[in-house]
Amino acid sequence: MSAERIADLNQDYATRYGFSDPEEFLHKAPKGLDHETVEMISRFKEEPDWMREFRHQALDTFLAKPMPRWGNSELLDGIDFDNIHYYLKSSEGSANDWDDVPENIKRTFDKLGIPEAEQKFLAGVSAQYESEVVYHSINENLEKLGVIFTDMDSALARHEDIVRKYWATVIPPEDNKFSALNSAVWSGGSFIYVPKNTRVDIPLQAYFRINAQNMGQFERTLIIADEGAEVHYIEGCTAPVYSTDSLHSAVVELVALKGAKIRYTTIQNWSNNVYNLVTKRAHAHEDAVVEWVDGNIGSKLTMKYPAIHLLGERAHGEVLSIAYAGTGQHQDAGAKMIHAAPNTSSRIISKSISKDEGRSSYRGMVKVHKGCHDCRTNVECDALLIGEKSRTDTFPTMEIAEDDVRVEHEARVSKLADEQLFYLQSRGLDEDQARLMIVNGFIEPFVRELPMEYAVEMNRLIELEMEGSVG
Amino acid sequence: MSDSRNTPIFSCHDVHVSVEGKEIVKGVDLEVGAGEKHALMGPNGSGKSTLAAALMGHPGLEVTGRIELAGEDISELEADERARLGLFLGFQYPVAVPGVTVASFLRAAMSARQGRDVPVKEFRLKMQAAFEALGVPRDFAGRYLNDGFSGGEKKRLEIMQMALLEPRMALLDETDSGLDIDALKIVSAGVNEATGSETGVLMVTHYQRILDYIKPDVVHVFMDGRIVRTGGPELAHELEERGYDWLADTTTASAGG
Ligand SMILES: Nc1ncnc2c1ncn2[C@@H]1O[C@H](COP(=O)(O)OP(=O)(O)OP(=O)(O)O)[C@@H](O)[C@H]1O
Ligand SMILES: [Mg+2]
Repeated sequence: MSAERIADLNQDYATRYGFSDPEEFLHKAPKGLDHETVEMISRFKEEPDWMREFRHQALDTFLAKPMPRWGNSELLDGIDFDNIHYYLKSSEGSANDWDDVPENIKRTFDKLGIPEAEQKFLAGVSAQYESEVVYHSINENLEKLGVIFTDMDSALARHEDIVRKYWATVIPPEDNKFSALNSAVWSGGSFIYVPKNTRVDIPLQAYFRINAQNMGQFERTLIIADEGAEVHYIEGCTAPVYSTDSLHSAVVELVALKGAKIRYTTIQNWSNNVYNLVTKRAHAHEDAVVEWVDGNIGSKLTMKYPAIHLLGERAHGEVLSIAYAGTGQHQDAGAKMIHAAPNTSSRIISKSISKDEGRSSYRGMVKVHKGCHDCRTNVECDALLIGEKSRTDTFPTMEIAEDDVRVEHEARVSKLADEQLFYLQSRGLDEDQARLMIVNGFIEPFVRELPMEYAVEMNRLIELEMEGSVG
Repeated sequence: MSDSRNTPIFSCHDVHVSVEGKEIVKGVDLEVGAGEKHALMGPNGSGKSTLAAALMGHPGLEVTGRIELAGEDISELEADERARLGLFLGFQYPVAVPGVTVASFLRAAMSARQGRDVPVKEFRLKMQAAFEALGVPRDFAGRYLNDGFSGGEKKRLEIMQMALLEPRMALLDETDSGLDIDALKIVSAGVNEATGSETGVLMVTHYQRILDYIKPDVVHVFMDGRIVRTGGPELAHELEERGYDWLADTTTASAGG
């Protein structure tokens, strides 16, 4: 983000938009989770009764549901739910002090060329990042179009009707243990509403309005594209996000009404102590298109399977994902496509890189309901292994209840091939250069889909990962 | 062998190559002078590609013996170091690297070989000239390296790489296989063009045909891991007529000629 773009913009966004003041930020719930905590969170946020009720019910669901027995049980069982702050938006949740931020994280920031103010934000040392100001000017243009783009807490306060209409309609709390947890204690996240036949030309970036609120552990994002509307939302950034919180569990719901198009791009690079357990799902109505572009680089354990329910005829869904797992990381990622209407089509491209002792899994599900004729689906998973100890698994599931369906499935596991290395080296590239070229080639289909600045950062980051210099 | 031979640009002495403990190349001596073209012919599975890969520095092969490029011992160098010194291997089966464009690969390779960052504009001009010379369509620049290329297209691209990298010694492993007759002429012209009076060439081939276009000074017959006979261009004709059987009967002790 360029300094010039930020410099001359309005500075009084905080008062105008009612962002919480520091004292409120410092408010912190005690560790552990019970109805009192939930009550306190809801009260503190001055939420309507229905939301408070929703939270309490979700908490019961969370407490009743057992831990999933799939994915990586060993790691999941390591989560100590009593030792987590369920509501903390202050610097206490992150490193208080720049000096406390681990050296390797700082080095990575420097290598990525991230300005210091932004570094401090990403490391959680400063609660807000000044690019909010940029968001402010963009928001003025959006308002003219009738587009709502705000953080979820503000959306609930100011656009309650529309929030309530769609809230948890795509992902009910009962969906899984972690969606229930998020529903009980959610805070922050983004809300977007795009009115009928409105196209938002620039990608909307959480980055522009990023602050402690939406960097929370339990973000809740809801995007609604009304009939014929179009929007591209980008979340995250390639820089590693340092967090002392070990559990991050977001819920993201997308609703693409008739003929609408939503693309949701995520790049996440959590530090290696983080559990990233995210539920993402979209409803695609008649003639709608939904695309998840999902990149996962960091974390200790990521479990994330963006889903698209194709609910109307001719709806189309795509998931394009990439995961990078180094030593001490397990990326358990994939996609779900539910064909619930005839003539719908879907495509899943999932790529993973496991390096050294890293581990990645593809877990995917394609389901075609009875009566949904003329559906097409195409699944490609591609795993690249670097080093003898790296590991990858694929768990594809297909449930096809209709004959008239075209299904293509392809899964490949390749070792970073000695023959490729030799070929490139025989042309004069040294081993590191050759390796990097092969890996960049491997992720190219993903990187190609990113906006320019993200693509550049992504390649740079992979370069650092390959050098083994990222912590 | 010709008396007027130059000082060798490339030589190897007593090269043995094993794969997973099994010896495949069993003692090879070669001397190639600057500007000389040698053909290496032999039956399938006799170890020609293994020899070529070993000379280039394939890390998966156990190699003993001495290899020299322009008088310098390169036996212990990595493949990329050999390449930067001017050794080139045209692969029998060029390897696909999906996601890496031909242009970005070529520029990286040229920069490595020349030891400087070749400017984009200069690179473009050279690449386009090489494309034209070898009848490669321009849109290949944006395609992924050898990914989905036909057999003939891959071979053209190998020779195009050779032209751009200007090697001192080129090992060409069955550059002619998979080429149609017109392509064979174009590719042969490309080889001749790129290897003037300075470059040494060792061509592995099964067919006399390419030798009509790229005239060899020396022909070696390679069987069961050894050079069993060395002669002039007429030896290739003889092989074409008689096959290898008559040589298999002769004792391998006459290796090296
Ligand atoms: N990596 C390997 N592992 C096991 N055996 C190998 C390996 N590489 C080569 N070989 C064996 O070594 C022998 C020589 O193979 P090579 O490819 O060098 O033959 P070639 O003379 O080039 O044959 P062609 O004319 O068919 O190209 C063959 O028997 C082959 O199966
Ligand atoms: Mg061969």
